[in-house]
Amino acid sequence: MALTLMKGSEAIAEAAIRNGARFFFGYPITPQTEIPEYMSARMPEIGGCYLQAESEVSAINMVYGAASTGARVITSSSSPGVSLKQEGISYCAGARLPCVILNVMRGGPGLGSIQASQGDYFQAVKGGGNGDYHLLTYAPASIQEAINIFSFAFDKAEKYRVPVLFLADGIMCQMMEPVEMPEMIDFKIDPEAKPWATTGWKPGDDPAKRAVINSLFINTEDLTEHNNLLQATYREIEANEVMYETYLTDDADIVITAFGTVARIAKSAVNELRAQGIKVGLFRPITVWPYPYKELAEVTKNAKAILDVEANEGQMLQDVKLAVNGAIPVDYFGHCGSLMPTTAEIVAKVLEMKEGI
Amino acid sequence: MSVVFEKTSYLTDKQFHYCPGCNHGIIHRLVAEALEESGMGGNIVGVAPVGCSVFAYDYFNVDMIEAAHGRAPAVATGVKRVKPDALVFTYQGDGDLASIGTAEIVHVAHRGEKITTIFVNNAIYGMTGGQMAPTSLVGQKTTTSPYGRNEDWCGAPIKMSEMLAQVPGSYYIERCAVNNNANILKTKKAIKKAFKYQMEGKGFCMVEVLSTCPTNWGLSPVESLKWLEENMMPYYPLGVYKDKGAE
Repeated sequence: MALTLMKGSEAIAEAAIRNGARFFFGYPITPQTEIPEYMSARMPEIGGCYLQAESEVSAINMVYGAASTGARVITSSSSPGVSLKQEGISYCAGARLPCVILNVMRGGPGLGSIQASQGDYFQAVKGGGNGDYHLLTYAPASIQEAINIFSFAFDKAEKYRVPVLFLADGIMCQMMEPVEMPEMIDFKIDPEAKPWATTGWKPGDDPAKRAVINSLFINTEDLTEHNNLLQATYREIEANEVMYETYLTDDADIVITAFGTVARIAKSAVNELRAQGIKVGLFRPITVWPYPYKELAEVTKNAKAILDVEANEGQMLQDVKLAVNGAIPVDYFGHCGSLMPTTAEIVAKVLEMKEGI
Repeated sequence: MSVVFEKTSYLTDKQFHYCPGCNHGIIHRLVAEALEESGMGGNIVGVAPVGCSVFAYDYFNVDMIEAAHGRAPAVATGVKRVKPDALVFTYQGDGDLASIGTAEIVHVAHRGEKITTIFVNNAIYGMTGGQMAPTSLVGQKTTTSPYGRNEDWCGAPIKMSEMLAQVPGSYYIERCAVNNNANILKTKKAIKKAFKYQMEGKGFCMVEVLSTCPTNWGLSPVESLKWLEENMMPYYPLGVYKDKGAE
């Protein structure tokens, strides 16, 4: 199939549509506004629905309503807007509603900047909204990878009845890359496959089949039972859905850990260092929840040190340290705000580390 | 023996958790009867957010969604956009609709979303135990206005029906009460009209129902009805605030 040069935001939007998304609810915020713009033009062409909500709070609640019917539904936003969505995301997780949420990260805290950042890692994988829940969270490093993940993202959301989060950044949405787009699938709501959905029930029908979309369990025993079900689902996801990439790690003395677009910068640094004969590799989680703890420990078992590189204060750093559990030293390099670590900076940091090992 | 009255099958057999004398029971029955009489069968989705009526999913015998505080109109929008042929309604209290959910209710009206909102206004937060709402009357004592609502400090009570009637996208707005038989019948008629307009694909419809909260007002059920008539009704006049279908 021919490659097409596409802007990240538009390619991601089209990939969602090709995989059955017919309902998009959003609100403009830089640097992801091209996604709602694209959706507003494309959805009417294919009989879908683009609706601009009055706020991100409403957008995620429209997602909650549309997902309750069993439809494939998506929303996108950027960091400050995703903060506003957290209430609704927690409700989606509690009510076990499949949906896809995009966070095109920008600098923070507060209004921050409109340039790319990775400052929402903690929000994505350690919490966000209230309660014990997780989102199946993908951190693609290229537009093509984001497109590829979309080919199964809705299936995973529906299989496990969890919201799926794409943790991207401003670079991903603003850059252009040659991509291969999948064929359009023909998605229809199947009431048999989604007995929990509001697909129509009237008095006289089987009482067990009446849909009640709910995250309220007023009796503590009931809420505990509900949480146990959620936790069992999370354990299943942890067992089956971990994704990661390794690059030149087999003989590496130093393994760089990085996710998303920063991992691409890190890969360039690995290439430069390898050209100098230095044994460096890259470990890149593709799912940041579930995190590839065991895989990272295995990959680095013969390494002498890890360098974690991020465009934040070192948030994934905590998971890297958990993975190796003190077996080898873990160093960090990066910047907060929206300043991207450069290849030269990473090379310099590895050379400095090499002196100490 | 002939049956002269039967509970509608659109209410479940679950015992209401509402306090004695609270009007939710009557309003639930009216909504459920109107659902049955709509002829929509099972093509109905109800949305009830946080508040005393958050357990409405246990009572309305149709597909139901519990929503976050104030967000029912947004949730109902999501449902309606997927199921344009379904009868979609929200059932919201005044703490919910007139306070935390003002953005959602204004914009569901603004979009002319083809849903129906049943707005139960009892001038107080019931579920959390009687706190001041934006709808609490000036001078009204609540657990968070123990000296009486002070207009200088908190403003005058908000009038949602009057306000939403001004939004170009709203289609039908009426304020009712269930304090006597005549008004109960009028409320039922209003709810049926709102559902009818929705099924005809008209715009946003809301029926506000003035309601009592004997527990948190600190009054008996009978005294509560009297208080509603003497204090709420003069400030919140009953009537049709907008009816594009009658124009």
